[in-house]
Amino acid sequence: MSNRTISAGNNPLRHSEDRRLPRIAGPSGLVIFGVTGDLARKKLLPAVYDLANRGLLPPGFGLTGFARRDWNAEHFAEITKEAVQKHARTPFRERVWKQLEQGIRFVQGEFDDDDAFDRLAATVAELDAERGTGGNHAFYLSVPPGAFPIVCKQLARSGLSQSEDDAWRRVVIEKPFGHDLRSALELQEVVESVFPGDSVFRIDHYLGKETVQNLLALRFANQMYEPIWNNHYVDHVQITMAEDIGIGSRAGYYDGIGAARDVIQNHLLQLLALTAMEEPVSFEASALRAEKEKVLSAVRLPRNLGKHSARGQYGSGWQGGEKVLGFHDEDGIPPESVTDTYAAIKVDIDTRRWAGVPFYLRTGKRLGRRVTEIAVVFKRAPHLPFALPDTEELGSNALVIRVQPDEGVTVRFGAKVPGTAMEVRDVTMDFGYGHAFTENSPEAYERLILDVLLGDPPLFPHSKEVELSWRVLDPILEYWATHGTPDTYRPGTWGPQSADDMMRRDGRAWRRP
Amino acid sequence: MIITLNSTTSSQIAARLVRLREEGGAVALGRVLTLIVSTPPEHVERAVDAANDASREHPCRVLVVSPSADGDGDDGLDAEIRVGGDAGASEVIVLRPRGEARTELDSLVMPLLLPDAPIVTWWPATPPASPSTDQLGAMAQRRITDALECPAPGDVLAGLGEGYRPGDTDLAWARVTLWRGLIAAALDEPPFTPLTAVTVRGNTQHPSLLLLAAWLRQSLGIPVNLEHDDAPAITGVTLHRANGDVVMERPVDSTILRISEPSGVSHRVSLPLRTLSDSLIEDLRRLDPDDVYGKVLTKALPALREATSA
Repeated sequence: MSNRTISAGNNPLRHSEDRRLPRIAGPSGLVIFGVTGDLARKKLLPAVYDLANRGLLPPGFGLTGFARRDWNAEHFAEITKEAVQKHARTPFRERVWKQLEQGIRFVQGEFDDDDAFDRLAATVAELDAERGTGGNHAFYLSVPPGAFPIVCKQLARSGLSQSEDDAWRRVVIEKPFGHDLRSALELQEVVESVFPGDSVFRIDHYLGKETVQNLLALRFANQMYEPIWNNHYVDHVQITMAEDIGIGSRAGYYDGIGAARDVIQNHLLQLLALTAMEEPVSFEASALRAEKEKVLSAVRLPRNLGKHSARGQYGSGWQGGEKVLGFHDEDGIPPESVTDTYAAIKVDIDTRRWAGVPFYLRTGKRLGRRVTEIAVVFKRAPHLPFALPDTEELGSNALVIRVQPDEGVTVRFGAKVPGTAMEVRDVTMDFGYGHAFTENSPEAYERLILDVLLGDPPLFPHSKEVELSWRVLDPILEYWATHGTPDTYRPGTWGPQSADDMMRRDGRAWRRP
Repeated sequence: MIITLNSTTSSQIAARLVRLREEGGAVALGRVLTLIVSTPPEHVERAVDAANDASREHPCRVLVVSPSADGDGDDGLDAEIRVGGDAGASEVIVLRPRGEARTELDSLVMPLLLPDAPIVTWWPATPPASPSTDQLGAMAQRRITDALECPAPGDVLAGLGEGYRPGDTDLAWARVTLWRGLIAAALDEPPFTPLTAVTVRGNTQHPSLLLLAAWLRQSLGIPVNLEHDDAPAITGVTLHRANGDVVMERPVDSTILRISEPSGVSHRVSLPLRTLSDSLIEDLRRLDPDDVYGKVLTKALPALREATSA
């Protein structure tokens, strides 16, 4: 007979074999800083509503906005409603909205305004009393990284970062986590002086939990990949994240940051870690983290950075039937800006498994199409028992993990062309988990918010990983700062010529995703 | 696109599917399961709609087996192939055997099953007494019934309990998942005061209510009272705790659940009635036997019946 007493660690209604039972967060509140921003309106607020609509938000939930804008709670509720109606994934239901609306609050103020934070503390306390949020609150910092320290200090000063008894306080920060190793460490120190390490949720919104879990399943739930997942069979790995859009209205954020800091430091190095790491002993947060940290600490940069890296800026021109601005013509970008909108680097991994297998990472804006993928390119067969012309069209076998859009796996291999002549060419085999896989599966942000409210951090990168990633990238950024300027590339293409040259030097070529 | 094939055979249908794929690539290969739907003609469209919705999360081939009513026409098989817009993210094949062709139904679907992929059989209306020994049920890993759609759901559940084999589930169980989640969440939070009894209100003939009550009684080991009111489903659950009652109410026609704590604080959460598609999607998410359901159906439910009739 199982234990039927109800206590902090034992709920007689929960059984490990009951896989259907959803976890619903306990009473809690979410405070969003920078609630007037794009991200809040397009992603965060709709995700909160979607969670409410699916019945996964706690009974007794409070949503507080904090921004400079001179609004009151009604204004904010109205803006939220608009955002929800426009961007939510699930249908709009007036009744669901009404009950969510009752927990909406707004606090107006600047980050350096002590008064505003005292008002915020009062509002949060009021939610505890009126809505029964029980002193549990998450602070979502959807603000430029420069503002993290002051917000954290204010949260500490106003007492918001401390909780009583069993209640929790958590903080969510978004990438980029600093702009180099030094600033990352500083930021870490500030954040972790206010919130304990386990209460800090670092979010890389490019890297949904679903993606990570897909990758782990592909690698570790199957027998057929592991034997070839090493330098005996793999020639090299290409990890790509391409966007077809420009920087849009984000000049203020983007200038001085650039593609390498924005994407390679967190997203691509995380994908690299997941692709290259050894099998974790379990999927506990700590075990997974240990493996990622190990492999990240083994990443080594090439000696000649000039030859094995490339960067670029998109020019102006026609892209897919649309006239687009060059990077330097974008609103808010100074003409002398040397910020990279395209970055490609080569790294090696000093482990027995990967010695001699280069990993090529590239990312950019205004590229050919929107795609994120990991391509594991295999060595050619050591001996081909065919006449040379028969296999002229045969390339290397490849396993491509498509991260987004259209999540799935593609395998490229050689097959005989039908007909009397013996001729082998590359063909692809494709698996996609349904055309509209995301339609009924929780979107990344919903899962993310739910994990924060549940206190479930396994897949969020830890400060150590952030630090290791900066250690990889810092020398490249320093090299770029003192050597030359970015090359220009045509919008809608796959980056500057220098990126192709970088691959040609190694006798390889970028895959066209 | 709907292709109608009259007086055909299963292998002709299979050949036609291959040809469709060659001509237009209309039929994709990346399917994760075959869903067999065993239903009388009047439920075909309702079932196909739900299956199409479910196929967006679980790409599948849907085989609808719908024998014509007795004495309808001569012996033979009519079929429809639906692909593209008429089939969601799946391909739907409706098989309508007539006369003698209505026997040996498993041989009818055999050539059309996806190689290696798991099979799920679903009865959208009255199920056979023992799903696992039914011809279409025996070949499946997972057998899904729907007691709610039967004239006497309580008796159907009792019958399903007697014939239960691991791998059976009923959609009435999926319909009650959110309720279970909310009740479990109430016990996750302090103060962890013990429960003395539970009252479940609503239509006491509703199979979901019976399963919920049985599950609570079994897991908590305390008396569970049933209170009948004329509602389509469950309208409320009261947790009687040492420090007062936690009352959860969802009035008829409302999608909002109101939770009142002993302290006087009350919350509202969204709890709409679950649609057929939602329930089917949930059931297809896991294809291994649902042991918790099995225990509730075979042990807790008879015990609840005994306790409430005494």
